[in-house]
Amino acid sequence: MSRRDGERTGAGVPLPLMVPAALAVAFLVLPLAGLLVRAPWSGLGAQLTAPGVGSALRLSLVSATAATAVSLVLGVPLAWVLARSRIRGRAVLRALVTVPLVLPPVVGGVALFLVLGRQGVVGSWLDETFGVTIPFTTTAVVIAQTFVAMPFLVVSVEGALRAADARFEDVAATLGADRWTTFRRVTLPMVAPGVAAGAVLCWARALGEFGATITFAGNFPGTTQTMPVAVYLALQREPEAAVALSLVLLAVSLATLLLLRDRWLGRAAA
Amino acid sequence: MSLAAQVRVQRGMLHVELDVEVADGEVLAVLGPNGAGKSTLIRVLAGLLAPDAGRVEVDGVPWDDVARSVHLAPHRRPLGMVFQDALLFPHLSVADNVAFGLRTRGTARAAARAAAERWLARVELDGLGGRRPAELSGGQAQRAALARALVGDPALLLLDEPLSALDARTRLTVRAVLRRHLAAFAGSTVLVTHDPVDAMALADRVVVVEEGRVVQAGTPVEVSRRPRTDYVARLVGLSLLPGTGKGRSVRLDGGGEVAVADEVAGPVFAAVRPETVALYLARPEGSPRNVWPLRLAGAVPHGTTVRCELEGAVPLVADVTATAFAELGLAPGAEVWAAVKASEVAVYAR
Repeated sequence: MSRRDGERTGAGVPLPLMVPAALAVAFLVLPLAGLLVRAPWSGLGAQLTAPGVGSALRLSLVSATAATAVSLVLGVPLAWVLARSRIRGRAVLRALVTVPLVLPPVVGGVALFLVLGRQGVVGSWLDETFGVTIPFTTTAVVIAQTFVAMPFLVVSVEGALRAADARFEDVAATLGADRWTTFRRVTLPMVAPGVAAGAVLCWARALGEFGATITFAGNFPGTTQTMPVAVYLALQREPEAAVALSLVLLAVSLATLLLLRDRWLGRAAA
Repeated sequence: MSLAAQVRVQRGMLHVELDVEVADGEVLAVLGPNGAGKSTLIRVLAGLLAPDAGRVEVDGVPWDDVARSVHLAPHRRPLGMVFQDALLFPHLSVADNVAFGLRTRGTARAAARAAAERWLARVELDGLGGRRPAELSGGQAQRAALARALVGDPALLLLDEPLSALDARTRLTVRAVLRRHLAAFAGSTVLVTHDPVDAMALADRVVVVEEGRVVQAGTPVEVSRRPRTDYVARLVGLSLLPGTGKGRSVRLDGGGEVAVADEVAGPVFAAVRPETVALYLARPEGSPRNVWPLRLAGAVPHGTTVRCELEGAVPLVADVTATAFAELGLAPGAEVWAAVKASEVAVYAR
């Protein structure tokens, strides 16, 4: 056994695999290294305290957190329905709710606009009944991010539910627990690590959301201009500011990875 | 009658059609091979599976009555269930596991906690309530699961292969604990098992289930002395020979003939205990009435003896000492003479 491991970790990587693999690493790592090299380290403080940056960062953190909260409240029950219920058309339902995973976010933004915009099916009703308009507000930012990020949470939690032993739910039933009590006191605590991982993924995805946000919520500093949008605009006017903002997002991404390392990196290494 | 159930369920190819009745304080063992429908029965009794037809009634209350569309949800049934793998909730302490059923049924936290501690002491787990289930041994976990099932004072206790996941030595100690608590338990108990030793040690009555139907019912002693199917005979270590009695002899359906002590008539079973069979290389002198030339099909160590499977007109199982087996120098395929005293053959009607 140990000899086989030795062979596998040894120098015997065939050249046709070694060269593309090395190129792939370079391709993935070099841009990030370039970002660090070109960073205006001396003026970083000034860049990050410039007006607009703070508000963009705050808006991003608040909206991504709100989108994650909405995703948890709606997505965990959805994952339960997909994993545990026996309703008809479950496979179709699963396919439908995971569409946003593969849909270009801009398309998602357009779709949201068509439904929730002032002329949209739901949007016009909201406007007439409550005088509420959603597009180009912070609410629109949260909705766009939730639309794109919630499927990540649903898929992650559904996987955790499927891996969890459903016999514990039978045990709970024989101990007098109805299905809601069973969900709260048995199922949810048992899949808590999966929910946490899904929430982190969802939050990271929401934080980086660009396409759906700029399409549906626009680009108003203070209300809808999130970090990714700010980076994109800054790149056209003052590249140094774009680099500084990118560094912040990179730091957040690395922190996310650190949070999840036991779950994924640890498993890959094992 | 405390539990009365007529259960009809179709599970894939298996049609389960089982009627059971269990009195208060009585333990009924449902004994049968895997896939016989035992687990289906217990899941129906627990309410985890709705029967296709029939009814389940406990203390006069209908839990299931398909004709009247009655199906009580599992959490509304006052029952306790112990599963094969203890299935203690891994995220709760042992004490919280035991208290779980009380809490869901509305007992206040402190009272539930106190009851859990009391029950942990009764199953000899005092002081382990603060542990996580992963920190318990298999036997301790199963005892905690028993306490969890009994703490709510259920009307019906269901035991689904409660000992089969345990190693042989642990099984002995847990069986003793189980035996003590079953004796003290006032409600009805249904024990599902494929181990006849569990059934004999724990049950007041046994039903043997094969392919979804009861093939034999009786006290453990009756069932083990007078098995009616090959499955039970094999379990209790008897050779079961179906035949037709005439005078002091049984003509076997398989062709051979067995001499017995008393007059018999009509379709009967002749049952032979392995330790009463003697083996010889040559036909024994001054011969007893039952001597057959047979062939050794296989031999496996069995305790301090060797269990020999014999084929021929009178298929038998014989237990011989290891020394005798070595002296005979038997190998599979060898021809041997098997002898049994007529007085050692049990005969009972089919």
